[in-house]
Amino acid sequence: MTVLLREENMAISASDMRNGAKVMIDGDPCAVLDNEHVKPGKGQAFNRLKLRNLKSGRVWERTFKSGDSMEAADVMDTDMEYLYTDGEFWHFMATDGSFEQHAADETAVGDNVKWLKEQEKYVVTLYNGAPLAITPPNFIELEVTETDPGLKGDTANGGSKPATLTTGATVRVPLFINIGEVLRIDTRSGEYVSRATGK
Amino acid sequence: MYDAQLWQPTVSHEMLRKRAELLRSIREFFWQHDVLEVDTQLLSLASISDPHIEVLTTQAKCLGKTQTYYLQTSPEFAMKRLLCSGSGDIYQLSKVFRAEETSSRHSIEFTMLEWYRLGMNHWQLMAEIEALLVNVTGEGQIRCEYKSYAEAFQLYVGVDPFVAELESLQALAHRHTEFGLQETCRDTLLELLFSTLVEPNIGQHQPCFIHSYPPSQAALAKVQTSVSLAGIPIETAARFELYWKGMELANGYYELSDSVEQMQRMQLDLEARVKDSKPERQIDERLVKALEAGLPECSGVALGIDRLLMVLLEAKNIESVIPFTNDRA
Repeated sequence: MTVLLREENMAISASDMRNGAKVMIDGDPCAVLDNEHVKPGKGQAFNRLKLRNLKSGRVWERTFKSGDSMEAADVMDTDMEYLYTDGEFWHFMATDGSFEQHAADETAVGDNVKWLKEQEKYVVTLYNGAPLAITPPNFIELEVTETDPGLKGDTANGGSKPATLTTGATVRVPLFINIGEVLRIDTRSGEYVSRATGK
Repeated sequence: MYDAQLWQPTVSHEMLRKRAELLRSIREFFWQHDVLEVDTQLLSLASISDPHIEVLTTQAKCLGKTQTYYLQTSPEFAMKRLLCSGSGDIYQLSKVFRAEETSSRHSIEFTMLEWYRLGMNHWQLMAEIEALLVNVTGEGQIRCEYKSYAEAFQLYVGVDPFVAELESLQALAHRHTEFGLQETCRDTLLELLFSTLVEPNIGQHQPCFIHSYPPSQAALAKVQTSVSLAGIPIETAARFELYWKGMELANGYYELSDSVEQMQRMQLDLEARVKDSKPERQIDERLVKALEAGLPECSGVALGIDRLLMVLLEAKNIESVIPFTNDRA
């Protein structure tokens, strides 16, 4: 298990920031999405950074003098397995054999609560050791718990109908899908991809 | 990480041909215009004093003594020493080195075309640059636009750069880049605003010359009197830059030939470097001595060949025009 040295927070200069670096800006942990070196005139060099605020999700641009430095943010992405929820927290366990457990609150889980399936693997973003956000896998297989039987020839809704899945998520599915079927869903778009094959 | 697999060039064979054609047509142009090609050393025992440019150095043994040699950031000093010795009009195509961050348009090592014309002012030199572009591209329709620094600033930033208050420049810079509220150097703010708001909007169709810079941004250019946007006489520097399709291509001056002024500027630069804890460099006192002997009245310009190729061939990255650059070297 990696131990994070929190006493010494490294400073990184704007010119050294690579994509994916995590830094503190205005008190919030942010991820660097892009770093453009700008040399206006023959003077001071700047770096135009595209940043994502990891707390609010906001993406924006800010320019820094190349020599200015920022504190590295103690942010780490870890693979974890979802265990259960006690209603207040959602509990995850590290998959690296350390059995390290973390409890993510409502803010950290956010909208992704509808993709939480027991024993499924998620990326948990830890900030100062505590869950800040979770990212579901791109595709997930979930069972249909509720849907109307599709009436053949019902094209009024574009040949699809709503269905509820075990996690509570609702997706639009083709008319031939029935309760109990396991579906492959794209978590990024929330759309039905296909019936699950195998597993 | 040094990856042996990355041996292939990053340019196409078509690009190799285009580059060869460009170099040949440049040489043709200067041959026709009676400008002599010179080929000065890349190494010097002295370097530039600029506080914002870092240089590559190397050690070599010379007559039993280890010397520090500096790789040139431009052929300017060597060419001026030639001019002071009576060479007449000269041009050079050479590699230059800048120890800076790389980017889609910055390579540590790149090719510069630099030339000096005796008895020409910067307006005449700009006209010659246009003629060169028409010649090497075969594009008869190239007609360069001309905008003064003040006009371009007023148009795209909304203020007169020569009179705007520091506070309003700080606020403008901050509004567009989130940088600047604490910046007290006026030129830093002007340069940032120019780069952010003016550059993306000029030279999109035809190449655009920006001329008549604030004297503080062109210490070695002659100073001229212009009329400001408000109708009052102001001093501007006889400096120009060429922009085309969002790229800064060239930088030129009606050269200041005062050796005393040159030495003073070098001293100030050196002090600025020491203050910023930047490495000290040997001042090019031989250039100063050459200037004391007398630099003929002339104008000079440096043009980035790789970036010109990028514009002509619509390349998005400098590695499309340089076979083994930066981490592909």
